[in-house]
Amino acid sequence: MQLYLPIAELSVNAFALLGLGGIVGILSGMFGVGGGFIITPLLFFMGIPPAVAVATGANLVVASSVSGVLAQLKRKAVDFRMGFVLLAGGLIGSALGIWVFAWLTTLGQIDLFVQLSYVLFLGLVGAMMFKESLGALLRARKPGAPIRRAHVHYAVHKLPLKMKFRASGLYISVIPPMLAGAAVGFLSAIMGVGGGFIMVPAMIYLLGMPTKVVVGTSLFQILFVTAFTTVMHAVTSQTVDLVLALLLIIGGVIGAQIGSKIGLKLRAEQLRILLALMVLAVCLRIALGLLLTPDELYSIAPGRFP
Amino acid sequence: MIRALLCLLLWSLPAQAQEETIENPTGETIVAGLSQNLIAITTNFTGSEILIYGAIKREQAIPEGAPIQVIATVQGPSGPLTVRRKERKFGIWMNTEAVTISRAPSFYAIASSVPLNEALSETENLRHQVTIPSAILAVGIASEAEDAPVFLDALIRLRRENLDYVLNENSVKLLESTLFRADVALPANLTEGEYRVRLFITRDGVVIDKHEEIITVNKDGLERWIHNLAHEQPLIYGLLALFLAVFAGWGASAAFGLLRR
Repeated sequence: MQLYLPIAELSVNAFALLGLGGIVGILSGMFGVGGGFIITPLLFFMGIPPAVAVATGANLVVASSVSGVLAQLKRKAVDFRMGFVLLAGGLIGSALGIWVFAWLTTLGQIDLFVQLSYVLFLGLVGAMMFKESLGALLRARKPGAPIRRAHVHYAVHKLPLKMKFRASGLYISVIPPMLAGAAVGFLSAIMGVGGGFIMVPAMIYLLGMPTKVVVGTSLFQILFVTAFTTVMHAVTSQTVDLVLALLLIIGGVIGAQIGSKIGLKLRAEQLRILLALMVLAVCLRIALGLLLTPDELYSIAPGRFP
Repeated sequence: MIRALLCLLLWSLPAQAQEETIENPTGETIVAGLSQNLIAITTNFTGSEILIYGAIKREQAIPEGAPIQVIATVQGPSGPLTVRRKERKFGIWMNTEAVTISRAPSFYAIASSVPLNEALSETENLRHQVTIPSAILAVGIASEAEDAPVFLDALIRLRRENLDYVLNENSVKLLESTLFRADVALPANLTEGEYRVRLFITRDGVVIDKHEEIITVNKDGLERWIHNLAHEQPLIYGLLALFLAVFAGWGASAAFGLLRR
């Protein structure tokens, strides 16, 4: 069934969009990522204009993270205090990102910037997670191997403005979570992602949070940052497509519930190794797009740019 | 009565002005109509087909000599465009040079009864801007890039591949040098606005008469409502999008919760 999208101004297959939303929803529920890093490039490939894909992607992430947060709340796996600290940073980062997005669009470099950001962040995070979780899997197989400490004290723990985060069992400075939140908010606006694929590893490796509260807390922060991003994009560039969003959302929320159940059945290390492999695969795909000679060297953009 | 006469006078004025620009020695004129003057883009819009039909009206017998030919064009709303080119820099492909095209139509279709170069001479094309390149206004592009014309060619090539620009030679059916019809397919990704339909009859490559119609393309129903809300009340629209997302997320969670019990 073909549907006409009022803001993207083109006609697409409704079932393809429902399916796409479903896949992203499953990932969201399983890993605590919004799934934006998969959906935004896929929307590009479908011919949706990048600006619409990014803004609508943010709206979709809102829906799948509401669904995810509710599922995590029942398990008491959300650290609200940490969530609010991350959120404060996130809103600042998002506002900055929306401004940079508009500026790069006029320069004609937004696609390149988005792709480079994807390659850089996905590559780094994916490699790090893969190495760490593979090590953890191997250690678990070998009995008698030294047990890893809950978290290691880095220089991070010497910063001022310390705060107690009871749910996470942490007593650390608010500066690193604020910065991590801001970085994720920035990426949310630029790349149309929730930023979970950065947030989850940052919480585990940088802040030393226990895995059981990481997914819920990151979803909590992502929910509010993407909500803010959606409204900002709607106001500044009118690029949120309600029909496109609704189709993706219907698939997405159902997928999120299924994904959250699958996530319960897998062990933490297995979950992380799967996420790492997926992140690396997306990274590779985008990197190839930048390195190989493109089929088409020319592109058309409406409007007059300097 | 006086008002009616005035109306008639005003109405005939532009027609007379147009007559002056075209020499019409044989007195042949176009009588034409469209299958529709209004196209509504609704949720299930997948493109539209318009039929341009008509006849050539004569006071005398068909003149001797070269046969008469018909050309039809449909032109969408025009606007400025930027064409960019990728180049390999530091090992990766990125946009480097750009050329601004002052005005290019979003859609342009030509249908003709014989190949266009037979139906229309070069000078007549310059006067009436019929071919695809002549429908695009690209002034001063030479200063923007060394090989600026290549950018213009790329624009036309991309739009032709995408079926935004269509050249259908031999597609106008002409019966007994009098009755004609042309079918033009409009794609699903239509831009809103006024589409200008032009009809030309030519003999020996010279335009004898010209006729114009307008098709209005509008979004309709839910599409129109969403589009207007997004542009006129962006904050409310953004909040609505947010509300729908939150509601859908909560709804799914609640529904699955019930299923589990």
